[in-house]
Amino acid sequence: MGTVFSFDVRGGDPDAVRAALDEAVAELHRVDEVYSTYRENSQISRLARGELTVEECDPEVADVLELAAEAERVSDGWFSRRYAGRLDPTGIVKGWAAERAADTLMAAGAAGVSVNGGGDVQMAGMPGPGRPWRVGIADPLRPGGLAAVISAAGVDRLAVATSGTAERGAHIVDPRTGRSAVTDLVAVTVVGPSLTWVDCWATAAFAMGSRAGLTWLESLPEVEALLITAGDEVRCTDGLAARLG
Amino acid sequence: MHALRKSRPLRRIVLASAATVSGLVLLLSLKPHTAPALAVGTPAPTSSSSSAAGSGGTSGTTGSRTVTGDSVDTRWGPVQVRITIQDGKLTEVTAVTYPTENRRDQEISSYAIPQLRREALAAQSANIDTVSGATYTSTGYRQSLQSALDSVGL
Repeated sequence: MGTVFSFDVRGGDPDAVRAALDEAVAELHRVDEVYSTYRENSQISRLARGELTVEECDPEVADVLELAAEAERVSDGWFSRRYAGRLDPTGIVKGWAAERAADTLMAAGAAGVSVNGGGDVQMAGMPGPGRPWRVGIADPLRPGGLAAVISAAGVDRLAVATSGTAERGAHIVDPRTGRSAVTDLVAVTVVGPSLTWVDCWATAAFAMGSRAGLTWLESLPEVEALLITAGDEVRCTDGLAARLG
Repeated sequence: MHALRKSRPLRRIVLASAATVSGLVLLLSLKPHTAPALAVGTPAPTSSSSSAAGSGGTSGTTGSRTVTGDSVDTRWGPVQVRITIQDGKLTEVTAVTYPTENRRDQEISSYAIPQLRREALAAQSANIDTVSGATYTSTGYRQSLQSALDSVGL
């Protein structure tokens, strides 16, 4: 996946948590081997070349492809499981894998876990007694600064995903036409219970642009969002205020 | 190896808040390896954070000090970090050595280094656990940061 995962695990039996962490890490490496489009021999690469059928892949590959198809449907094609015409579900795999890693640690008895996969975060439980997880949203226009802080107060699971670019007016590929398009956004942060989905929604809304993106995000249940335009305007869904820490 | 030793709770708390790394796994590397420094199962509650900071009392927590961490070899080349501590707080993180051998190294370093700095500084200043954004990090950076923190007794 060409990215970095960091784990912040609190509480639980140290041996059990350590074993679960080893398992989660091994699983991330396995996921990379199966899904990487950079590896010629990954199952996804072989599937894309027609050398394997979905049935011949790991059973989970079919599940992941179905999740990606669902994301494509919900986003009206703005999230795509293809890149340049080739099967490429990596847009959903990172969030899905990080969410699953967090689940593995919670199932082992951790009191709280935060898994950050390349800037997208799945949290569960609490980092300390009476203290919720807090996630800073990097300000894309002010290096070193934060645009907002999101708190997981009151919920057991929260995920925060940010899609963006360091460049203003970045060129993106409209997945529906395959043509180049220009978004007026520099960053979209989406907040919800599941990283698998909020990661996809951030990707899709970023491509939609601020107007269509905000309208669409408002229509999704259990999802709040913060959008920052190249002109440094900040737009939020109506319910985001309740999540600001 | 500058592990997060249990005998130094203050340093662990500072590092946890500064770099949000209780454990870290580098997937840029293609072969599986275990994370070198894991503080699993040793939570650092907020309440003890302030009391530990108050009783820390190590020299170097007042005034401004600049310390350079160990040079840490990574598979892409050496990484070395310099930090500035002002009144016991991390105020600056600079990568003095980082991989630049080829274009891909330069490309990764050009976005990774500023974002690592941002994450280290922002996490400490805003009492947050982690940062969402296009964030990348590296084991070499973290190890050198840890060695710099070690040498100022944080």
